[in-house]
Amino acid sequence: MTDGSIFSLIIGVSVGLAAGYLGSLMVLEKMALVGDALSHVALPGLALGILFNFNPFFGAFAFLFGSAVAIWQLGRITKLSFETLVGATFTLALAIGILLIRDLDALEAALFGDLTVVSLLDAILGVIVSIIAISLTKVIYDKLVLGMISEELATSTGINVARTNLLYLLLVSLVVAIGIKITGTLLVGFLVVTPAAAARNVSSNLFRYSLLSSIFAAASACAGVLLSNYLTITPGPLVVLSGVAIFVTAVFIKWLSKFPSVSLRSRVGST
Amino acid sequence: MEGQDDYILKISNLSVSFPNEQILDNINFQLQKGTTLAIVGPNGAGKSTLFRALLNLVPHSGKIEWAGKVKIGYVPQKLSVSDIPISVKEFLAFKGAMNIDDPLGKVGLNSKEILGKTLGVLSGGQLQRVLIAWAIIDKPNVLLFDEPTAGVDLDSEEAIYRMLSELKKENDITILLISHDLHIVEEYSDYMLALNKCVTFFGESKQIMNPDLQRMIYGEPVCTENIEHNRRSQ
Repeated sequence: MTDGSIFSLIIGVSVGLAAGYLGSLMVLEKMALVGDALSHVALPGLALGILFNFNPFFGAFAFLFGSAVAIWQLGRITKLSFETLVGATFTLALAIGILLIRDLDALEAALFGDLTVVSLLDAILGVIVSIIAISLTKVIYDKLVLGMISEELATSTGINVARTNLLYLLLVSLVVAIGIKITGTLLVGFLVVTPAAAARNVSSNLFRYSLLSSIFAAASACAGVLLSNYLTITPGPLVVLSGVAIFVTAVFIKWLSKFPSVSLRSRVGST
Repeated sequence: MEGQDDYILKISNLSVSFPNEQILDNINFQLQKGTTLAIVGPNGAGKSTLFRALLNLVPHSGKIEWAGKVKIGYVPQKLSVSDIPISVKEFLAFKGAMNIDDPLGKVGLNSKEILGKTLGVLSGGQLQRVLIAWAIIDKPNVLLFDEPTAGVDLDSEEAIYRMLSELKKENDITILLISHDLHIVEEYSDYMLALNKCVTFFGESKQIMNPDLQRMIYGEPVCTENIEHNRRSQ
């Protein structure tokens, strides 16, 4: 393997672990579409990075961060759902991004990911961002889940639900921004949503669910990156196809568990 | 009449309003330590909002005075547990308590059988017991229950109220509960507060079966000078 391939693998696995972990909360919050749509908001930031020749990650993160805060504030003021607000903004962001990026190769890389130019610095940045995102999410994971079970219950125990949600949105922005490198803006939502959906099928407790979600996302990214190197095609769709294979397998295992005679029954959903 | 020190809660001129809607209007009452207060009234009367005000979860005007140091355990009316893969053990661990066997035993649940189960697959009665265990895990001296037996069959309902009664006696807990079941109110509470945005009655719970009083509570609201009722009932 070349150095570039190893760096790609490192960034793929670390971002996959983080995206799967954060995504497990997004699926529970029934915000799967938000995770997907939010990723498109990064495109104008990527475009600015390309236009003004700075690391597009920072542009993407700035736009995601700004959008997350704006959507959070708008949600508090208007009481509209996250889905509605994200839906209203993401197509606009997509349109602006496409208009700003005139270079078709750069546009393709932004939309579908490009691991051919992953440097050691990118890999290190990916690992650091993932560690920060996982660590901070671990601190607020229980609080977020309690807020989902009952906002009143969470608030009565002293949790500031609104502030915790904001921190979570910012962490999602961070991971999505770095994940764009692997799958592009169009497909990065996949890393946040589908592995968690697969894990939900085969989990009966939070520990197992969040762990499997992380592993499934990392495995999807890993398989996609390796296939991309082998087939020399863009990694995004391959990551998605790998993840979908895991999802289908998880659904099949859940279906099998409904039959009492199948030995898998005692393992699925009982840990 | 009991001394002033026996009161655990005093509420004076409590009002809660949302834009274009008055939810609670000038509520006044006092509650003695170690008693059970049932809060009754039609839907939309402000019963749950009163709890939220007591927990400081909604903006309000007026005075809510708790006596000394109170630790409040709260069980809300609505929980979203069906879509979340969380075990009973994980849920109770949110409170950070080391010993979760004791509270489960107190609510009549076997920890070995229940801890590994997912919250979403529990029966209504089991879930309510787990929630009560959650509420008592850090040894509160006040419990707020918003319809503690909603969605529970009749036998389990009686069992849960008997258990609450025993918990109150054993631990000297003051209980405030919201209920629509007048039989339960009569049997398991000492006092009742009838709400219909304002207080329509405050007195001893054994009066609840009086048809005239029921018409007053569930008919057109007639606000009372509830502090006077409170004093007379002591």
